[in-house]
Amino acid sequence: MTAEILIGLYVFVLSVFVGFELINKVSPTLHTPLMSGSNAISGVTILGALACVNAESSFANVLGACAIALATINVVGGFLVTDRMLRMFKK
Amino acid sequence: MTSNVIIANLGYLVSISCFIVGIKRLSRVRTARSANVLAASAMLIAVASQLIELETVDYRYVVAGVIVGASIGAVLAFKVAMTAMPQLVAVFNGFGGAASLLVGLSLFAAIQERGTLAEVMIGSTSGLGTGLTLLLSIVIGAVTFSGSILAYLKLSDRYGSVFGKSILLPQRHLITLSLFALSLGLCAALLMFLANPVVSTFAIICVALFALLLGVAVVLPIGGADMPVVVSLLNSYSGLAASATGFALNSPVLIVSGALVGASGLILTQIMCKGMNRSLANVMIGGFGGESAEGAGSGDASAYTNVKSSDVEESALTFESARDVIIVPGYGLAVAQGQSAVAEFASHLKGLGVRVRYAIHPVAGRMPGHMNVLLAESNIPYDELFEMDEINSDFRSSDIVLVVGANDVVNPAAKTDPSSPLYGMPILNVDQAPIVYVIKRSLSPGFAGVKNELFDLDNCRMIFGDAKKVLEELSVHLDLAKAA
Repeated sequence: MTAEILIGLYVFVLSVFVGFELINKVSPTLHTPLMSGSNAISGVTILGALACVNAESSFANVLGACAIALATINVVGGFLVTDRMLRMFKK
Repeated sequence: MTSNVIIANLGYLVSISCFIVGIKRLSRVRTARSANVLAASAMLIAVASQLIELETVDYRYVVAGVIVGASIGAVLAFKVAMTAMPQLVAVFNGFGGAASLLVGLSLFAAIQERGTLAEVMIGSTSGLGTGLTLLLSIVIGAVTFSGSILAYLKLSDRYGSVFGKSILLPQRHLITLSLFALSLGLCAALLMFLANPVVSTFAIICVALFALLLGVAVVLPIGGADMPVVVSLLNSYSGLAASATGFALNSPVLIVSGALVGASGLILTQIMCKGMNRSLANVMIGGFGGESAEGAGSGDASAYTNVKSSDVEESALTFESARDVIIVPGYGLAVAQGQSAVAEFASHLKGLGVRVRYAIHPVAGRMPGHMNVLLAESNIPYDELFEMDEINSDFRSSDIVLVVGANDVVNPAAKTDPSSPLYGMPILNVDQAPIVYVIKRSLSPGFAGVKNELFDLDNCRMIFGDAKKVLEELSVHLDLAKAA
């Protein structure tokens, strides 16, 4: 465990710093699209859900399929609605 | 390492890079739209890489899940009204949290097939780590899910009247703390002691249930005015839930993108808190707006002594002779569905050669940046929208300020009256303008439930009425003036 989790922790902490740097400069005009866009990115859990549907237990598979559906709502809906909003911004 | 694993990992690397570049380019209007497409492609690359790495996937489940999810997501995204954006983001957050919760439960069920959780975990140290992170993914996912659904109920028009206020249970801190302790305590018990499959299954279901209740308990006391903070915070949680799942599966893409979202949610939360001059702890403890009618001047009409009202015709005359007008829109404008009416009025002013700008308070609307989206929807150019720090020194030199549907964010008591619950909140300095018009139905107070000292000032005039109707009438009068 230790090596993998520790490396994971490094990656996590460094990514948090990257995130702070990236988002601190976003103009307030774009806060809502930023939020729905980052929301869509958090649907990346879909990768975890994909890993769930190759189990032997069909119960685990059904749970995994539900997780895929929920995460897909988050991903597809999030990116589409962000695009819908960004289309409206005109000079 | 097989070639598939290597290809997949290179794919992950590409996708992580695209996420980072995407978020960076999302910070400018000009590049934002392509950035969103980039982030979506990054997601596609990540999914493809994951499928390559897994090799044996039961595609029946994948296809079914994706079709159902994509169609629901697309319908929600196309049908939602821009005013309902906070609700939609809350619901999407909730689904993301629920996905993490289900992934955790599904992995647990898969582990149970191979033996009990305790055997698998304590048998090897790597199992212990996986188990811990898996439980974390279940707990954070569950809190995000139930908290977001409750936030949705509080924000929605239909259920807002029931759930919208801050709901204070007796002993609520005790309840929250014990739910917290129960979910964590059970986690520990599960990991350390349970070797019996029935007991450990029961225990993990309890963990999920307690975590769901915890999410409800955390959001319940928070009132309508504070919802922007909560939606941002839950956004951050949904990222953390993805990260936790990433730890359980040892997947760097999940860890990185979850962390990016976690950080972005935290920053937005902080911006919202600053905009209201409240600490996060203060918001989470709740009760604001529900019980603060006592203290410095409650907000009923009798508290005012120097209110001057003005009718539409007279006001239109003043606007005609102005050179520089700043409009301060608040969420009340959206409630009255007056965004296009304000755009129309502004174009009439511009037709008369008046300079028009909009001053947007950080907490105008119901989520960060919400007012900007609502105005953009009505074709108001984004370069006419100014944030508080950019425009606050310009009110003094403007001719007229028009306040529509905003209240607490223009209350000078926030600067002058230490006994006011608003004291210390950054506000728009509209009181410094030569003339301030306020379009409002009545003298009723805003979310904070206090008297607005602005209405009593000598330079302030009220135009009583529905925002949309008043703005339309003002446009008509300006039109007549132009024709004459």
